[in-house]
Amino acid sequence: MLSFLRKSPADGTTIRGTFAHGVHPPEAKDDTSKLAIRQFPFAPSFVVPVSQHIGKPAKVIVREGQKVRRGECIAEPDGFLSVAMHSPVTGTVRGIGPVPSITGRMVEGIFLEPSAASSQEVMHGTPCDVATASVDEILTAIQRAGVVGLGGAGFPTHAKLKIPEGKRCDTLLINGVECEPYLTTDHRVMLEHAADVMVGLRYLLKLTAAKRTIIAVEANKADAAEALRAAVPSDLQVEVAVLPVKYPQGAEKLLITALLGREVPSGGLPIDVGAVCTNVATTAEIGQLLPTGQGIQERVLTLGGPGIRDKGNYRVPIGTPLRFVMETAGTTGELGHVFLGGPMMGQAVSSLDIPVTKGTTGVIAFTADQTGPLTDRLEYPCIRCGACLEACPLFLNPSRMGLLAKHGRYDEMVAEEHLFDCFECGSCTFVCPSHIPLVQHFRVAKTQMRRRKAKA
Amino acid sequence: MTGTLVIRSSPHFVSGAAVDRIMFQVALALAPTTLWAIWTFGLAAAVTLGTAVATCLVTERLLAARRAGRTTLGDGSALVTGLLYGLTLPPGLALWMVVVGGVVSMALGKLLFGGLGQNPFNPALVGRAFLQAAFPVSMTTWVLPGAASRFTALPSSSLAIPLMEPTFDGLSGATPLSAWKFDAQAADLGDLMFGSVSGSVGETSALLILLGGLYLAWKRYLDWRIPAGVLGSAALLALVLWLIDSGRFPTVPATLFSGGLMLGAVFMATDMVGSPITPKGTWIYAALIGVLVVLIRNFGGMPEGVMYAILLGNACTPLLDKRCKPRVYGHAKAAKGDRS
Ligand code: SF4
Ligand code: SF4
Repeated sequence: MLSFLRKSPADGTTIRGTFAHGVHPPEAKDDTSKLAIRQFPFAPSFVVPVSQHIGKPAKVIVREGQKVRRGECIAEPDGFLSVAMHSPVTGTVRGIGPVPSITGRMVEGIFLEPSAASSQEVMHGTPCDVATASVDEILTAIQRAGVVGLGGAGFPTHAKLKIPEGKRCDTLLINGVECEPYLTTDHRVMLEHAADVMVGLRYLLKLTAAKRTIIAVEANKADAAEALRAAVPSDLQVEVAVLPVKYPQGAEKLLITALLGREVPSGGLPIDVGAVCTNVATTAEIGQLLPTGQGIQERVLTLGGPGIRDKGNYRVPIGTPLRFVMETAGTTGELGHVFLGGPMMGQAVSSLDIPVTKGTTGVIAFTADQTGPLTDRLEYPCIRCGACLEACPLFLNPSRMGLLAKHGRYDEMVAEEHLFDCFECGSCTFVCPSHIPLVQHFRVAKTQMRRRKAKA
Repeated sequence: MTGTLVIRSSPHFVSGAAVDRIMFQVALALAPTTLWAIWTFGLAAAVTLGTAVATCLVTERLLAARRAGRTTLGDGSALVTGLLYGLTLPPGLALWMVVVGGVVSMALGKLLFGGLGQNPFNPALVGRAFLQAAFPVSMTTWVLPGAASRFTALPSSSLAIPLMEPTFDGLSGATPLSAWKFDAQAADLGDLMFGSVSGSVGETSALLILLGGLYLAWKRYLDWRIPAGVLGSAALLALVLWLIDSGRFPTVPATLFSGGLMLGAVFMATDMVGSPITPKGTWIYAALIGVLVVLIRNFGGMPEGVMYAILLGNACTPLLDKRCKPRVYGHAKAAKGDRS
């Protein structure tokens, strides 16, 4: 609305529009945004869950006692909606069994012990040359490299990039928005790996046959936009769009609306409006892995929050136990609250025994005495202030849904208020002056409704 | 390294907005109006306001705590209701009536419906409406502003013995609205803006009310659409009427700046609980109130209609919320239930 108030960067790029509604949480990125990516040390033991993605768990192809090399495939994709897993270390398989996951459920995992003598050089596989490979070969290479959306969703990337029969992609969007507070991994990847992003783009362009490519960055990462722009090869047409900072702009559908003014239909996919959207770190990863035929066995994540001493952006081997991460980085006191991902949508962990996975964008920690302000809030009745309606980027009515949820009227939430359109961004809870845990109620309601449906 | 880790479902960040903060900001925004009223009407306004606020606080303390299981005074809503209620009363109203109306405001207007957030009508206006019906004479007897003795003596009417209709001293004056309606006398616009006219405690200075409203709108504690819609529609209709017959109908500024319109538009109609929650519904609600005010004033039997207009607007709110749902992202039409 207030477009005339938007600052234009010095180089004259237009700052585009944005989606309607949304919120402005504190960005909290200054602690780590200037810190270059550092390699994280190897833990004394690793555990690689075989399901770190949405879809079928990968099939384990190693035995207990087997020697593996860093980067070697240790679990194969099981069907189309599944990706491979690779060993984060050169060492020995110590066992295969249940490992704790963030949901509290036990999942199958592979226990590994690094060998002290090894140089930990990464194993290469069969390269996939973008110039000669076919679409299907590239898709298979991405699947075999174990690539999933590194923005945190964990959807297998090859499945997302396969354009369905009868659909066309005219615009390829690369998501470098990173709108969650604290997280600075995409920021650093764009700064330090802009060239990889461009290589990755070539693969994606081949897959999608898109006419137009836009990399979206928020205005608080102007240096990253600059780095990307400088890295665009002369034969590629790539626009770098700088968007005003707003949460949840990184949500795929809202990003499409912000950039293209198109609205993805309820229950639909970006491709329904001719767009494909990929996270920028995922794109960089494709650009790094495919030319050499490697698989994902580490990822960049932000270690931050006031509870961490040695904050930063680290390249951490997949399967590193959180306890080791915390011990190595050091804490500022007894930890009271740790979550994976950003503070708006990240998941709190109940124990540090779970490992870093492909979807871990960050580990944010607070000490016990820093958790208070969030926990000790008095809840008031809804005063119908309308703040949640003005925050909800989907134009839902969180106030009414909250009232319905309170009385267990879940059917009406679905039928009249589109409960299942809510993607749990948390903006409503964030703004509510009555401190009603709105999105938390909605999660419960969804679970209940899914259960009911499963029973019926 | 770790104690017990708190498991909380996201978001782990919150904005810091809080009901009590909103309420105290509203009270703060009312401060200029309140102080000016005390300056204008002296002790009469001070004791009326004091009694109104105290009554509302005590009623909330006694009745709401039992239901909520905790003292609810901290949320500040009783304070705001008390202030607003006090500002709608004629200065010099018998204090026992102030107490009765205050109890009605809180008990019938708010707590009967379930307390904070549940009241369909603005509680302050419920109390006022009750008094208007029960004591029509007292509620329309006005003291003169700026009387020399205002800081030394209370009007005798204030101290009337409970259950007795008070007698009035010779000080009573006519409000600009009744002067216009019954005697075709127009008030000076400057007097209306700066509040040196007869009227309810807080109805006097349109400018200070506007100032408070601007502050709240800037802080986003008030939906600017409501005062804009109420004043805009009232102005428009007043203009049409005035163009038709400028002898019979008041001018637009006289309409906007007289009586309770400004206080109502800025502080009463904007009560979050009683106003619609969707933008479209809010516009209709506001326009409805503005139109009703002008209609009641010019064609009804009473010189003032703000209170009834807002109460009627409050009554329409549930319907407006139901009918004016915004279109949800990714859906072609407005939500189902829309036309039900
Ligand atoms: S959590 Fe759901 S209801 Fe709340 S703002 Fe986000 S999308 Fe809207
Ligand atoms: S933000 Fe909270 S108090 Fe305001 S309308 Fe929404 S649920 Fe009610």
